[in-house]
Amino acid sequence: MIELKKISKTYILGGDTVHAVDELTLTIEEHEFVAIIGASGSGKSTLMNIIGCLDTIDEGQYLLRGQDISSYTDRQMSTLRNREIGFVFQQFNLLQKLTALENVELPLIYQGMGLSQRKKRSVEALVRVGLESRMHHRPNQLSGGQQQRVAIARAIVTRPALILADEPTGNLDSRSSKEILELLHELYEAGNTVLLITHDIHTASEAKRRVRLVDGRIVMDSKYDDEAAYLAEEERAEKMHREAMKI
Amino acid sequence: MKLTQAVKMAFSAILSNKMRSFLTMLGIIIGVLSVTLLVGIVQGATDSVTAQLQGLGGNKLMVSITSPKATYITLEDLTNLQNKDGLGLIAPTIQGADKAKVDGKISAASISGVTDAAQIVDGITVVNGRFIQQSDNQNRLNVAVVGAKIAKDLFGHTDVVGSSFTMLGRSFEIVGVLKEDGTTSMSSQDSTVYIPISTASRLMNQTSIRSFNAATISSGTVDQGKTALENFLGSKIKASSDNSEDKGYTIFNMGDILSAFDSIMGTMSLLLGGIASISLIVGGIGIMNIMLVSVTERTREIGIRKAIGAQHSDILIQFLIEAVSISITGGLIGMLMGAGLLQVLSSIMDLQLHLSVSVSALALGFSLAIGVIFGIYPANKAAKLKPIDALRYE
Repeated sequence: MIELKKISKTYILGGDTVHAVDELTLTIEEHEFVAIIGASGSGKSTLMNIIGCLDTIDEGQYLLRGQDISSYTDRQMSTLRNREIGFVFQQFNLLQKLTALENVELPLIYQGMGLSQRKKRSVEALVRVGLESRMHHRPNQLSGGQQQRVAIARAIVTRPALILADEPTGNLDSRSSKEILELLHELYEAGNTVLLITHDIHTASEAKRRVRLVDGRIVMDSKYDDEAAYLAEEERAEKMHREAMKI
Repeated sequence: MKLTQAVKMAFSAILSNKMRSFLTMLGIIIGVLSVTLLVGIVQGATDSVTAQLQGLGGNKLMVSITSPKATYITLEDLTNLQNKDGLGLIAPTIQGADKAKVDGKISAASISGVTDAAQIVDGITVVNGRFIQQSDNQNRLNVAVVGAKIAKDLFGHTDVVGSSFTMLGRSFEIVGVLKEDGTTSMSSQDSTVYIPISTASRLMNQTSIRSFNAATISSGTVDQGKTALENFLGSKIKASSDNSEDKGYTIFNMGDILSAFDSIMGTMSLLLGGIASISLIVGGIGIMNIMLVSVTERTREIGIRKAIGAQHSDILIQFLIEAVSISITGGLIGMLMGAGLLQVLSSIMDLQLHLSVSVSALALGFSLAIGVIFGIYPANKAAKLKPIDALRYE
């Protein structure tokens, strides 16, 4: 479903050129649950923005469902984000002045969907995340876990091909984190393609396939590499590094 | 996105910041209020003065002789001028004043010695009895047509045809009563007494006619008639040699005065309206300013909306409608306040003031335009934000 072919993205930060994503190639099939793991600065957020059609690439090719979106206009990108992608952010990114239900309705409003169908679909989405009793609450009347569930409802209400979750548990306590990860797992079980972006190995372990990113390149992909061997190698390097620092 | 949704979003944004929205609106309210008020007052004053001037007659040339050395202008001279060179009837007048008395009651009267032509030329309406007739002049009768105030002062009512009163040392019989016009303006006839010009000439010892009104056939022959009168008066009156400006007579033309007045007032209302619209523009800048602040404050909101699929046009329309709603609502409030204040001023100033449809349409159209002009830049700025930058904004 997603084909990234040798994509690059560079930023210029204070005169220095930063290769946020460096000739990266990655293919994600329909109905996969993939975690992209990396430390901060590894380029995982840039990758997520590119896959989510929020950012453009400098070089390479990005095919979403077989369509080359490098040539897409602003308008087509907006439509793509609206219909094909559901975002779940670390900061929840709900509109504070709207109720949970109104937040979930928003993507459908931009589709131009009529009132009755829109309400029906939004309530369905909220039922699915278990928040039907809170749908007339505003974000500031909800706990962090509940806000993130509203965000997930907003992401799935358009029935998108891909759910993109960027550190969805980054601002949550461990119990809420567990609930959110279970919810993402359920969505995967129900047939969705889920892309989880995180720096945390435990969070990533929820996913079937794990891809590790360092300096904008893939250093490990559990689909092709032996992850256990990789982790052991990495642990050894880490240990050596720490010992070197002690001396 | 549907327009109704965009309007809903804009209004919820306006209502979520009521004080700020109101203060922004205030600029437009004051602007529209001052435009409607000033233009309304000027228009009301113009209407009132125009109506008074028109009451004095439109197609009429009013001649008065100012030269003390005037030679005799006789009734025959004027009769000869009638009905040619674009002129219609000519109504000569001998003016005077005296007290009308009956049984110890006194009323100040402005006396006009006239011929029967005056009724047509000056448009005089008699409600009881008749006006001065040709036979009254031929026989120098002591008959009078009196104004309503005089009738009331002397007799307490206006049903006085056949009664008599004393004036200029003679007894006059009332043959008619004028229609009451109820005003105190200079054109009021309520204190006038019309008597035959031949009677007036003898009693007031005036043999030369020093003022007369000439009707023209139509408004198109006013200039032609004026030339004819100038030729006639020039032959009768010698201009004082040392001052060529003073011809010894004046000819007033109501039409000229009216159109000059109209153009002055038109310029005046344009000028005042123009000055007032500067405050509208200032109000518009206020809208632009607050919309720019709002776009910055809501950068993250814009980012979220774009991330979940809002188009460039969706954001543009949302913010544009917000600006236009503020300006149109302000315009409406200003207009209603203007209409209300004009009503209040009407009763205070004794003028017929009202908000005309054209002025209200102009004020509303102007506030709409202000909203669009000053809203488009902030709205476009919002719509052009990149979702990725907007989402990162703290």
